[in-house]
Amino acid sequence: MSINVSGVTKKFGDFVALDDVSVDLPTGQLTALLGPSGGGKSTLLRIIAGLESADSGTVTIEGNEATHLPPQKRNVGFVFQHYAAFKHMSVAKNVAFGLEIRKRPKDETARRVHELLELVHLSQFAHRLPAQLSGGQRQRMALARALAVEPTVLLLDEPFGALDAKVRKELREWLRRLHDEVAVTTVFVTHDQEEALEVADEIVVINDGRIEQVGTPDQLYDEPANDFVMSFLGPVTRLGGSLVRPHDIDVSTTEEPGAVRGTVQRMLRVGFEVRLTVALEPDHAGAAASLSAPTERETVEVTVTRATQRHLHLEEGQQVWVAHTEGARAVPERAVLPTPLASGA
Amino acid sequence: MASDLLPPGAPVAPETAGDTTPGRRGRRPDRLREPWAVRWLLRVVTVGYVFFLVAWPTSLVFRNAFADGSQAVVDALSDESVRLALQLTAEITVWSVLINLVFGVTIAMLLVRYRFPGKRLLSALIDVPLSVSPVVVGLSLLLVYNGRDGLFGRTLENIGIQIIFSAPGMVMATTFVALPLVIREVVPVLQEIGDEQEQAARSLGANAPQTFRRITLPAIKWAVVYGVVLSLARSLGEFGAVKIVSGNIVNQSQTATLVVEQKYQNFEQTSAYVVAALLAAAAMVCLVVVALLRPKETS
Repeated sequence: MSINVSGVTKKFGDFVALDDVSVDLPTGQLTALLGPSGGGKSTLLRIIAGLESADSGTVTIEGNEATHLPPQKRNVGFVFQHYAAFKHMSVAKNVAFGLEIRKRPKDETARRVHELLELVHLSQFAHRLPAQLSGGQRQRMALARALAVEPTVLLLDEPFGALDAKVRKELREWLRRLHDEVAVTTVFVTHDQEEALEVADEIVVINDGRIEQVGTPDQLYDEPANDFVMSFLGPVTRLGGSLVRPHDIDVSTTEEPGAVRGTVQRMLRVGFEVRLTVALEPDHAGAAASLSAPTERETVEVTVTRATQRHLHLEEGQQVWVAHTEGARAVPERAVLPTPLASGA
Repeated sequence: MASDLLPPGAPVAPETAGDTTPGRRGRRPDRLREPWAVRWLLRVVTVGYVFFLVAWPTSLVFRNAFADGSQAVVDALSDESVRLALQLTAEITVWSVLINLVFGVTIAMLLVRYRFPGKRLLSALIDVPLSVSPVVVGLSLLLVYNGRDGLFGRTLENIGIQIIFSAPGMVMATTFVALPLVIREVVPVLQEIGDEQEQAARSLGANAPQTFRRITLPAIKWAVVYGVVLSLARSLGEFGAVKIVSGNIVNQSQTATLVVEQKYQNFEQTSAYVVAALLAAAAMVCLVVVALLRPKETS
């Protein structure tokens, strides 16, 4: 195991950022720390980097006890959300910084900087100042700078958080390819589940200072340990006493066995998908209950494709039958599952 | 001043963005402008205020200095007591600026980058020299360091170090008075740049001194220069505190400002005006030099 975190607790005053967290992050893989803001994932990353010290617990990097090492002795590369570019240095100087600190020979440094700038596609900007680069370019520069020192692990703290949606998407694909090329153990923090699912080999879900689940993107998506993980990885809705994804619900305009009757209350089209809010008929459809106002009835969110919507002529006020799609994963509501142990996953 | 002190490369709002009339940038739309008479009244009042309070009196000092011709100026400057006083002022200024530079940057780093008990108290204490009269500063130093009954003064005098009535005391008084200037310039810039660059440098293998020299110092360079220039101007002109601790002994512990006062009271008007003009010119040169240096960095 490349990075081993064991029993780490960190408090900021009364606020418990990390509560006895233990996790192993495997060598050579791209791991995402995923969770809501304030959940402790950045704190964990900063403790691994040595930028923050744990109140208790230990950190081991590649077998070396690192708990009390200062950041400059841990040989980790760190990439910040807001780039932390050295503003008074050119792009090339930024990348060369770690090598110059290590007093590498000048020609070796120059060669390495050139290679890295090629790798991040910034060769033509070598002599510019960071202020003359776009956000995405600055972040690529920061990545090259972190890689220059050949770190044992590369840590990225919300690396694409400050970029606009399109650049963010491009950069995360690029990060995935880069990782396949360089294959350095990489840990990145994100609150964007799509980013984690798309890029990571392994995802650690952190919430409220505790680890909720560790697993591959598929494991997490298909077998969420609890309703928190399920709802954090994507939209969920409630049907028949269990949590299910809105696109895992079948809609039909004719009665089907096992389907629940309801009325399309609202319809919102977003690009290729159509989001329906369906007000369900009460289970025991008594005369009085069916007369109750539609807004007080239980509703379920359903996502269908635009094509389906057209095909079924779905519109607001229409009566439909909804049922779980066969093979869809549903989690019992408020499932009380045994606390998922990170180290066991 | 605050806007001048943005660190180089700090995000600057794009100028003239969305402004279709570049020639009138900075003007308010016609509808919002005051009537003609009000605008002119404001201008006249402001210019008049500055003219009668600052510009005119200062220019009169220069005129009087040169009133008796250039020979008089040369004579005044070659006077033994004036020459020694200028030399002493230069020495004291250099020392106190150096001390304030080192301690100012250190204290600013401490205030911005570290948390410790008593930080707010320290921050408040730093402003004391700005609010307390220099005469009080002089007296308080006298109480602690005088050789007869001072708290430290007697011990120091016994081992042969004289503070009061000699250069060390004058340096201390001047340093005290100019203490906040470097700190108050550097602190906002340190806050503005944040500590991410420093953390990045640390994670890349730099130790604390390397990080300071290669990352922090270049980022606060202009604030430091500005603080030094302000300290320089303040130190050159210090009068009250120095007068008390120096004893004002002619040819020995008399600085330029003290010479001005003495010459003026002895009816050597030309000498007084010449030295005063020299002091004013030195301060102006400082400010002009900074004004000339700065734009190069920000463009």
